Amino acid sequence: MAALYAAKGNVSVGVISKLYPTRSHTGAAQGGVGAALGNVQEDHWEWHMYDTIKGGDYLTDQDAAEIFSKDVIEAVYELEHMGLPFSRTAEGKIAQRKFGGHTREFGKAAVERSCYAKDRTGHMILQTLYQQNVKEGTTFFNEFHVLDLLIENGRCSGVVAFELSTGEIHTFHAKAVILAAGGYGRIFKITSNALTLTGDLMSIYYRKGLPLEDMEFYQFHPTGLTKLGILVTEGIRGEGGILRNKDGERFMERYAPTLKDLAPRDIVSRSIYTEIREGRGVGPDKDAVNIDLTHLPRDVIENKLSEITDLSRTYLGLDPVKDLVPIQPTAHYAMGGIPTTIDAECIADDSGAIIEGLYAAGEQACVSLHGANRLGTNSLGDLIVFGRRAGMFAAKYARSADMPEMPENPEAESRQLLDTLKNADGAENAARIRKELQETMMNNVGIFRNGPDMEKQVEILRELRARYQHVGVQDPSVRYNSELIEALELGFMLDCAEAMTHSALNRTESRGAHDREDFHTRDDQNWLKHSMAYKDFSRPGNVRLGYKPVVFKGAERYETVMTYTPSADTSLKFPPKPRTF
Amino acid sequence: MHINVKILRFDPEKDKKQHWETYNVEAEPSDRVLDVINHVKWYLDPTLTFRRSCAHGICGSDAMLINGRNRLACKTLLKDVVKEGGTISAEPIRGLKVEKDLLVDMEPFFDAYRMIMPYFINENAAPAAERIQSPEEAERMDHGSNCILCACCTTSCPIFWVNGSYIGPAAIVQAHRFIYDTRDAATEQRLNIMNQNTGVWRCRTAYNCTEACPRDIPITQLIEEVKRAVMYQQS
Repeated sequence: MAALYAAKGNVSVGVISKLYPTRSHTGAAQGGVGAALGNVQEDHWEWHMYDTIKGGDYLTDQDAAEIFSKDVIEAVYELEHMGLPFSRTAEGKIAQRKFGGHTREFGKAAVERSCYAKDRTGHMILQTLYQQNVKEGTTFFNEFHVLDLLIENGRCSGVVAFELSTGEIHTFHAKAVILAAGGYGRIFKITSNALTLTGDLMSIYYRKGLPLEDMEFYQFHPTGLTKLGILVTEGIRGEGGILRNKDGERFMERYAPTLKDLAPRDIVSRSIYTEIREGRGVGPDKDAVNIDLTHLPRDVIENKLSEITDLSRTYLGLDPVKDLVPIQPTAHYAMGGIPTTIDAECIADDSGAIIEGLYAAGEQACVSLHGANRLGTNSLGDLIVFGRRAGMFAAKYARSADMPEMPENPEAESRQLLDTLKNADGAENAARIRKELQETMMNNVGIFRNGPDMEKQVEILRELRARYQHVGVQDPSVRYNSELIEALELGFMLDCAEAMTHSALNRTESRGAHDREDFHTRDDQNWLKHSMAYKDFSRPGNVRLGYKPVVFKGAERYETVMTYTPSADTSLKFPPKPRTF
Repeated sequence: MHINVKILRFDPEKDKKQHWETYNVEAEPSDRVLDVINHVKWYLDPTLTFRRSCAHGICGSDAMLINGRNRLACKTLLKDVVKEGGTISAEPIRGLKVEKDLLVDMEPFFDAYRMIMPYFINENAAPAAERIQSPEEAERMDHGSNCILCACCTTSCPIFWVNGSYIGPAAIVQAHRFIYDTRDAATEQRLNIMNQNTGVWRCRTAYNCTEACPRDIPITQLIEEVKRAVMYQQS
């Protein structure tokens, strides 16, 4: 989306991607994109804004939420105008269904807000945006791995990237750079994320001494296929699927009496874990619960939920038409990341100073729309709304800015990074370290957290980092050296895990997806603020933590770039309230 | 269970031609073939090279020949292709240049994709809200829009093996998606592309594509529908 809007902005655009663009993990998103179109039931952007803020447990910046819930309506129509094959209502409008945490009249009842294309909405968004970029003539650099960002005196002048097919290092000199590289779910053992989601750009940003915001907030999606972590769309609950424990009980009635199975993800995931901990799990290890679709009509399962039906049949040999499907929470989405303004500019410090010419959007960015917990469908919404803003504002900046000067010897650090890996003694195996990282992060910084476990994890990460210095690359080849890439990625993952663990240990409260067993309640007095994690270069393995205030006012700085006219009322705001569903 | 994994290897920097290497692996019947190949790379031979990303059949990176048939390694379970003590084989997909081990040059495949104008075209001013389309009309795009561009179909097509200028089944599936979109305005141009000597008439209905598709798209049927649309346009 960012590339497309930059291309429409009359500037020359190149996309640098570690994959072929159609392989990107946006394609795995299933359920839909929430927008208050009101095609099925009355709906308003204010309701969506409220749900987003409440879903985020009041850590959401409310200016971002306002822009988002207004603009996402137009962004969805734009996708339709680009040919996205949405499912349709009987009248031929974009079809909408219920989704976790999306309500009418500020929490009264669930509302049909998720615009969907069967259960492959992300696939259709990815394909449509790629197609439109082909149409606009965007240049793609496929299978190029970014190694470094060039930033001097608060100004970004480009990136350095490694070309997988040749082994060459390239410097891209640019007036503006947009980062949109996705998340880092692979630091966990059970995850819905692709093998390639290793937090590369977050880590590179962090290595420059720049902050990562709200890294302690990581969403575990309630329904991953057991053991595999493959995502089962929330759309199955939107269509009426019910979670049941070993006794067949619809346990969500106890945890969220109003929204039940459609409560926000953090709450459903914790409820599932609580059931499992209290011995009401299913499966050989009693570490899952069942999702029950057997009461739904066969055509709903076969047609509206065909993707997940196929996954369940393929991987578990179970047919949702007649079988209960065992699921367990799976590491899914990073609320935190590279801090940005509402115009997608990257933020360099606690005061909110920006890096000129550098923009970020999507999961790897933190605007902060999702606060402490993202609502289902708002990831796709985030990337079309803030991806679009990033593209537009970056193009606008590039049109007026002069070409910045590059640092002397821009590739030096990247070469050193690769040489260090190539020349290491090879006493350690990257896969073993990665496996230990994934298992320990899952156990110590997972759904339920406490001080002692996380302190232990801080030590484990120091040890893993020390061992990482000995990871060598046995493959001497220059072309397609994927072993070198995997070793690099492990280094990125260790940074993300470090920022997350320290941020989580520091936040002595429970909020949204961050649940502390030793600090069980939300503490608005002390913790209604964003964490900013900086690498502590003076004490390796440590993190310096700063803070940034939560924005409670409406979008005063809202510079509309759309045809949609925002309301004049910028006073709309939602003060924190206890969070029940 | 205990199995042998036989992989067709090729390193352009040292090998003159491809050769088989076999690895012994402990695995579960419910493991994916990709899990086993990852295991080989991570613990037995880190030089093994292949593409993979999502690991559950949606990104389309890991198409390969498994036991002689085009499949996605992440969507193929061991229990469906091998028994205890048995051997599975993995080779690069055919008809595209092998770059290294199981990794091939995808550019010709995407060149063919780009030939069919793979993007929605309608230059009329769009309404403020969505364009209206009935559920039945939307359903006509269901199969075509389901494609993940993994190349399993095109690289199983005997015509494509012999004549690389044939745009191949995947590109036709993409064209079908737009030709049968009631909102799209470029049907005529696309049908003209389909009617060229690199287009649909190369298809000899071998059905390999349909059998190879990991998304169960009835590809041969879609190609036949495009052929009929071209004939209808010509008459």
